[in-house]
Amino acid sequence: MADKPVPKPTPESKPYWDHANEGELWLQKCVTTGKHFFPPRNYSPFTIGGEIEWVKASGKATLYSYVINHRPAPGFEDDGLYAIAVVQLEEGPRLMTNIVGIEITPENLVLDMPLTVQFEARGEQQVPVFAPEGGSK
Amino acid sequence: MKPGSIAIVGAAETDEVGKLPNHSQIHLHVEAARNAMRDAQLDVGDIDGIAGAGASIEVAWHLGIKPTYVDTTAVGGTSFLLHVRHAAAAITAGHAKTVLITHGESGRSRNGVPGRAPDASGPSGQYEAPYGVFGPPSMFTVPVLRFLKDRGLTQDHLAEVAVAQRRWSSQVPRAMMRDLITVEDVYASRMIAYPFHILEVCLVTDGGGALIVTSAERAKDFPTKPVYLLGSGESMETPIVSQMDDFATSGGFTRSSNSAWTESGLSPKDIDHLMVYDAFAHLPLYGLEDLGFVGKGESGDFVAEGHTSPGGKLPMNTNGGGLSYTHSGMYGMYAIQESVRQLRGEAAAQVPNVKTSFVQGVGGMFMAAGSLVLANEQP
Repeated sequence: MADKPVPKPTPESKPYWDHANEGELWLQKCVTTGKHFFPPRNYSPFTIGGEIEWVKASGKATLYSYVINHRPAPGFEDDGLYAIAVVQLEEGPRLMTNIVGIEITPENLVLDMPLTVQFEARGEQQVPVFAPEGGSK
Repeated sequence: MKPGSIAIVGAAETDEVGKLPNHSQIHLHVEAARNAMRDAQLDVGDIDGIAGAGASIEVAWHLGIKPTYVDTTAVGGTSFLLHVRHAAAAITAGHAKTVLITHGESGRSRNGVPGRAPDASGPSGQYEAPYGVFGPPSMFTVPVLRFLKDRGLTQDHLAEVAVAQRRWSSQVPRAMMRDLITVEDVYASRMIAYPFHILEVCLVTDGGGALIVTSAERAKDFPTKPVYLLGSGESMETPIVSQMDDFATSGGFTRSSNSAWTESGLSPKDIDHLMVYDAFAHLPLYGLEDLGFVGKGESGDFVAEGHTSPGGKLPMNTNGGGLSYTHSGMYGMYAIQESVRQLRGEAAAQVPNVKTSFVQGVGGMFMAAGSLVLANEQP
């Protein structure tokens, strides 16, 4: 069976993935406009002179949207039905993720439910996934 | 471009669409091109511009065309709408007089299709692939639950799109799926990616199509009834669907249609016939709302009440669409072909008295967008 796809960092995204390997979710922030952004870039997407910095995210998010995938991707065959979700981070940006720590059913996955970040391995790389706030159900 | 100064004078699909295991992808391009050239009664030396979603060098070489204008814009299934728009600009600028736009795709049989190696360092490879996305059915669909919630729509509304389009395809002999279906049939069909059932997901087929675009001044020299370009638009939003600005609206649809409305001077009330790229059942709902045909949240009832079905006030996706007619992977060419047929009065499920048609395309997963306003009379 194939392994799950492993992200390959670029110079722009290396800090994001390095922090993930330490169990932390970091984002970039445009200091000039005060807005966070994702995915990682070398320049602010908001204004050409925007000064940017890396900041640690709270790890809190809400469930923005999802599908429950019935045709598993290579490497996901043993996962059963799994949710491909997009979460809204407390800081503003959204990211695609998987939902863990809860049985994956439409009834359990309610839009806007609070979630917190966890990490899961893809090869040698940890990637952020999200579980219902307050622990597994 | 002045509205009506450019015309489509040749249009054709491949001899067949559907399951074509004995045709290579380049064959489908060339067959469609030759059919469109015959439609317009043009020979190889008459074509001085070539366009397609990436394959145009090989297509021109196969056909023996020596162009002075080349457009290989490849932004997914809406590319062909952009090719029409770019051809209009090129013809207006004098870069070419007669542009051939081709599409051929062995989407089902995969004969002679260049491979696409996954790139683990690209936006999808880093930020979506690790979470188990597996082709468009698990990506293009991700925004829909947010769309339904924010707009007050239900999954019944999604199913009704598939039901409405079968009412059209049941009248179209070339359509792959022609049996009428009910909402219950949709719910009983196999789940692909909740909340999408297979009847809400496009077909996977082989096929092609081609268009010939020239100036309206020259259009009267052709044997076909000209289809005039009144306005067009293009835009883009995001390389990966998870980074779409707002899952309840397509910024690409909004921007490209705004340009088309502005250029054409028309508004939704002026449109007799609509094609909205339907790789999945939610796209026509976004299209109806984002193009301004209905208000936000009104698209679902509009379809369910039959307004887009045969006899309705806004006939939409009258070939049956990607859900029921054909979908080789990049569907935009087939949407334009159906608009041309309706405007010529030669569609299989012909709508009476069509004078204007709007075509909305999407490329990738809400990645790019294109719009065309077409008419069979000059303004």
